[in-house]
Amino acid sequence: MTSATVTASAPAGRTYRAYSHSWWRRTLLTREVAIIALLVLVFGWASANVANFKSPLTVYFLSLDNAEIMLIALPMALVIITGEIDLSVASVVGLSSVMVGILHQDAGFSIPLAGLIAILVGIIAGALNGFLIAYVGLPSLAVTIGTMAAYRGLAVGLLGTTAKTDFPVKWTDLSTQHIGSTRFPLIVIPIVVLVAVFVWLLHFSTFGRGVFEIGLNDEAAHFSGVNVARTKFILFVLTAAISAFAGIYITLRSGNARGDNATGDELKVIAAVLLGGVSIFGGRGALHGVIAGVLLIGVIQSAMRLQNETVNVINIVIGALLVLSVMSTSILTWLSKQRARRAGLGTLRRRQAVATSNPER
Amino acid sequence: MSTLTLHPSDVSPARRLLGGALRSREIAVAIVLLLVIAATTIKNSHFLFGDNGWRDLLLTPAILLILAVGQASVIITRNVDLSVGSVLGLTAYLTGRIFIAHPGTPVVLVFLVGLAFGAALGLVNGVLVAWGRVPALVITLGTMYIYRGVFLSWAGSNRVNASDMPDSFLSLGTKQFLSIPVLFIVAVVVLVLVGYYLYTARGGRELYAIGSDPDAAQLYGLKVTRRILAAFVLSGSMAGLAGVMTAARYGTVSSNAGLNLELQAVGAAVIGGVAIFGGSGTVWGAAIGACLLVTINRALPVLGVQDFWQQFVVGVLIIGSIVLDRVLSIRRDRKIIEARDNA
Repeated sequence: MTSATVTASAPAGRTYRAYSHSWWRRTLLTREVAIIALLVLVFGWASANVANFKSPLTVYFLSLDNAEIMLIALPMALVIITGEIDLSVASVVGLSSVMVGILHQDAGFSIPLAGLIAILVGIIAGALNGFLIAYVGLPSLAVTIGTMAAYRGLAVGLLGTTAKTDFPVKWTDLSTQHIGSTRFPLIVIPIVVLVAVFVWLLHFSTFGRGVFEIGLNDEAAHFSGVNVARTKFILFVLTAAISAFAGIYITLRSGNARGDNATGDELKVIAAVLLGGVSIFGGRGALHGVIAGVLLIGVIQSAMRLQNETVNVINIVIGALLVLSVMSTSILTWLSKQRARRAGLGTLRRRQAVATSNPER
Repeated sequence: MSTLTLHPSDVSPARRLLGGALRSREIAVAIVLLLVIAATTIKNSHFLFGDNGWRDLLLTPAILLILAVGQASVIITRNVDLSVGSVLGLTAYLTGRIFIAHPGTPVVLVFLVGLAFGAALGLVNGVLVAWGRVPALVITLGTMYIYRGVFLSWAGSNRVNASDMPDSFLSLGTKQFLSIPVLFIVAVVVLVLVGYYLYTARGGRELYAIGSDPDAAQLYGLKVTRRILAAFVLSGSMAGLAGVMTAARYGTVSSNAGLNLELQAVGAAVIGGVAIFGGSGTVWGAAIGACLLVTINRALPVLGVQDFWQQFVVGVLIIGSIVLDRVLSIRRDRKIIEARDNA
């Protein structure tokens, strides 16, 4: 593995051994490539063995059903790479959905205007998260558990148990339209644009280097000139803004605005991001892995649904994948340590092993 | 402050006790709870003095209280257990199935089975977290999906109805002893046992040490792995107990039993002053936090707030309490620095 092997107890950091491998081993033997390989395997297996999986409708519904997860997973990956987490995304989706419903039907605004205001509300929600986390310095887990309840409560409180369902057909059709005569729905266009933007932002910009640095060590990041608070603030605002956009999308796609839209999606997004190889400790991850993670969950879901498995079995599989994917890092680390100990590679490593086995010396 | 001065404090013990009580988070939350009860009762005397007012006041928080106690012990070690809602649902369903398969099963045995089953599920979490050295958030998120999935595929479209369970078991849900509901007594006994253990026993204090600084605890020679494992087993068995109680209390077990309860349990602990990054807080606080959450939910409709707004109020409470904690800790730090500079 090329990765810095970071465990909870002993941050081992990068070792020289990590660079002793040839470059192709370093690029190919990564978690991201493993997830992509798994995705290709599952896709290939499903195309060969699951009836109807090969039909163009599969790709169409796969894109439609996972669009909001994919959209939110992009900024969420960045948030998790900085070592923070945002549990409030699905509540922002619900809030934005309710805003669109109320503004369009009670206030009579057009869909684009209602959508714009919903995104503004999302930005305000994200700014509150970001302010409390980045500037007040509260733990993001606690803050976003709180705002998760608060934003969801606002959404449910505004609409109660009623739903707004009367949306213009022009707009609801737009959300499910194909791009020309291809098998992809229209929502793929904003996804591709955002993927490009986020790949540039995370992997090719100074901002992105700052994101990784904050995740590895935020004090060091601060002293090397990264504006830690501003970076985190921007990420939380971005996450909520994109969640609000996802809220508009699912409102139009399902044709109804309800307070409990997308309940529980925050966990799906986080599961996909972590499955894609982003470390929950921060500082490690790549967007190609995240995209593969979202697609892997989506493909497994649609393949199993076509085989008439219930959503429960699908949940078990996703949960097991998530646990296995994080355990695999620990198991690999443990195995390579064992191997190194047996081979007696390098005195440094042995000294480290001695230090961890008798800490009082 | 007292750590900086070598001589004993000049303030008399009685005043120190009073000062400690005034600053204690538990008492602050308890006062808020009493205010909520008082305000609601003034608005509508049935809330406290109605036919079931007193009983419901104690009975409704009992299940969340037990979950919050387990959750607090895990959060104190700087971990979190998101699987408790699913464990609760699974155990509640198991309880029903036991009665369907063996109608004559003694009630005590069912409680023990529930505890043991919950403990086993908690052990799975604990083994993965403590030995795998992976963050609890991810592992318990995964097991939350898995346990919920197992529950739903086991139950299918079946549900356990009141007629499937014996009356001696169901009556526990409403039975009272000296006008106190039995389930509340069970919850309080559990709370006292766990609270006493965390307050005085070595194992309990070590949970705080681990949560304050896991690396230091390891270097100091504490058995970190074993303690974290124990905390998860405790949280699992609490969720199991709460599952059996849910079955007794509601009589039916449907597929959404325990859904989203994990976040309420975390919320109760946070409101009660358990720091999300471990090392501080008490289960008493978490228990009072649980009572406050449940009571506010019941009080809002009486106070004329539509019950749709409950979740919003809960969220505002959680955020308010962590912001308050932050403000208080900044003030305390400033005072300590002042005391040092003046010394």
